[in-house]
Amino acid sequence: MRHIISILMENESGALARVANLFTARGYNIESLTVAPTEDATLSRMTLVTSGSDEIIEQITKQLNKLVDVVKLVDLTEGGHLEREMMLIKLRAERTQREEIKRLVDIFRGKIIDVTDTSYTVELTGTASKLNAFLEAVNEELIVEVVRTGPSGIGRGPKGLGL
Amino acid sequence: MELSGGDIIVQCLKDEGVEHVFGYPGGAVLHIYDAIFRQKDVQHILVRHEQAAAHAADGYARATGKPGVVLVTSGPGATNAVTGIATAYMDSIPMVVLTGQVPTPVIGSDAFQEVDTVGITRPCVKHNFLVKRLEDLAETIKKAFFIATTGRPGPVVIDIPKDITDPGVKIPYHYPAKVKMRSYNPVAKGHLGQIKKAVKIMMEAERPVFYTGGGVVLDDASKNLTDLVEALNFPITQTLMGLGAYPGSGKHFLGMLGMHGTYEANMAMHETDVLIAVGARFDDRVTGHVKQFCPDATIIHVDIDPSSISKNVRVDVPIVGPVKQVLRDMLKVVNESDKKPKKKALDKWWAQIEKWRSMNCLKFDRKSKLIKPQYAVEVLHKVTKGEAFVTSDVGQHQMFAAQFYQFEKPRRWINSGGLGTMGFGLPAAIGVQMAHPKATVAVVTGESSIQMCIQELATCIQYDLPIKIILLNNGYMGMVRQWQEFFYDSRYSQSTMSVTPDFVKLTESYGHVGMRVEKPEDLEGTLKEAFSMKDKLVFVDIKVDPEENVYPMIAAGKGHHEMYLSPGSELV
Repeated sequence: MRHIISILMENESGALARVANLFTARGYNIESLTVAPTEDATLSRMTLVTSGSDEIIEQITKQLNKLVDVVKLVDLTEGGHLEREMMLIKLRAERTQREEIKRLVDIFRGKIIDVTDTSYTVELTGTASKLNAFLEAVNEELIVEVVRTGPSGIGRGPKGLGL
Repeated sequence: MELSGGDIIVQCLKDEGVEHVFGYPGGAVLHIYDAIFRQKDVQHILVRHEQAAAHAADGYARATGKPGVVLVTSGPGATNAVTGIATAYMDSIPMVVLTGQVPTPVIGSDAFQEVDTVGITRPCVKHNFLVKRLEDLAETIKKAFFIATTGRPGPVVIDIPKDITDPGVKIPYHYPAKVKMRSYNPVAKGHLGQIKKAVKIMMEAERPVFYTGGGVVLDDASKNLTDLVEALNFPITQTLMGLGAYPGSGKHFLGMLGMHGTYEANMAMHETDVLIAVGARFDDRVTGHVKQFCPDATIIHVDIDPSSISKNVRVDVPIVGPVKQVLRDMLKVVNESDKKPKKKALDKWWAQIEKWRSMNCLKFDRKSKLIKPQYAVEVLHKVTKGEAFVTSDVGQHQMFAAQFYQFEKPRRWINSGGLGTMGFGLPAAIGVQMAHPKATVAVVTGESSIQMCIQELATCIQYDLPIKIILLNNGYMGMVRQWQEFFYDSRYSQSTMSVTPDFVKLTESYGHVGMRVEKPEDLEGTLKEAFSMKDKLVFVDIKVDPEENVYPMIAAGKGHHEMYLSPGSELV
């Protein structure tokens, strides 16, 4: 099963490498990983998407917790949560295709953020499955480039992951 | 007090109570070595290879419970130490390793003797640091000792660029008495509710067995374990790392378990209904095939490290906490319980165990004209009255030592269990002897292992270390040869070690005493003579039966109940 693990860790050089290292060293799956500083400059927030049996996920969270740089973590998939990913996608948009692409972008509530005579660059935000659906909907031959951030997640409700 | 980085390091070590540092100088640590030169409180032991520095510090830590300290230079100094660091990591040994690094302005430029030490050591340390500011140095050292010695212990590396130790730059010195880390909080106490739940299951047990490991030794919980085992009248088996925590001659002891464990220990594991695992990590050499592991057992597991629990084998009652405290509380709950262990069922269980014991699975040919390695270890036990600190290398001799040198006390059996590092024994003995100058320290080794760190004979003469080296010389990498005999139709590919130096002459050339024994009847006399030389290192080259094998043996991937007991025997 797919799990989204959200990690609060010391904003120190090497912290990211420790996490990445752990996954390769122990042979765990890592689908995506995003990391950025938080409102507290000494902390970074990492969102990590992985998959595995319950036993493996249990080990992953235990091993992550064991890392000295990890302050706190939560498996978001254990409860209600929100997940968002952003995608930038460059499409070939010649005269005959422009209207069709524009309509599709509107349906997915995306934005066209760069335009040339022959191309559109689209910004799209949503769950990973929504982004996948857009990629399926658009004519494959028109895709020039796809850039995805990987999902970020947050728990539902008033509580936050903090110190 | 204003101090330079080099002096800060030495002062921190003093304030931490460090008496010995094992190391080797080099360019990036010259300032630190100059600081060492200018004081007398911290003794530096100069090894002959950085791997040995790490092993010696490791041996020191295992024999004392105090953290071992290593000091090596950048680049090759650090990479040479990696084997020793990984050895300590696998066996959870507290160690602080100071490595030199090229000056901060040139880090990343492929400078002379530069290597990414933090990157290279990351997978084999509990934690590591790169000190980027002089102001952080003292606190980082404090953190390193704190992390290395608390929770599940382990090695911590501090990488120190040369400019940080510049004698020209001084700052006020302050060594924090305590350090708090929001991201590092080892569990202080095992949950009483879980302990009660475990005791309830133990009181209902009909075929219980304790399976205990290195965690009991590391937490100095030997007495607590012994008291609990005796209060319950349960049998106990110990892992390679756990030997000595419960006395080897104790009547509840079944011997070691696992791949080369005793018949009674492994059969008890297979038949048990309640397994109480304490400070042990269900290593593959212990469990055999996990699918066949303790098929009927409810498993209780006490461990300080939550990630050890249910890692390899699903556990029913986990208790995360320090082994000593949990065992103490467990005994209290047992004593206060209105229930008693099931006497009738236990009597029946013990009768079964005695039947297994009567197989006498550690028997060997006592009439052989050749010296049997098992016999050599028995004689070593006799001559040293079972009181020696015994270090070992890795292979058949290690298993013979574990099986035949009955360890009565913890911290006496010092070997590389997890990583299985050949070359560990002699340098580890250096650490042990430095920690206990008056104690008898013996290295049980093989002719292949000893050659991996033999240069340390020079260190031994320099510091007058009267270590006794017991070489079980069979002319093979014995364990490799045994596997090739069993599983590769005796094709002894590259496992013959017929070309060795004359160990007696070699030892003498270093300034030590060398002896050789070839006949069983000469063995005891020679070892007595060797151990009577209290102030000399004696290297005893014992020619043993070249083709003796270690039994019992569970082949990889087999269950506990499937053992080979003797040559040509079927699985039992």
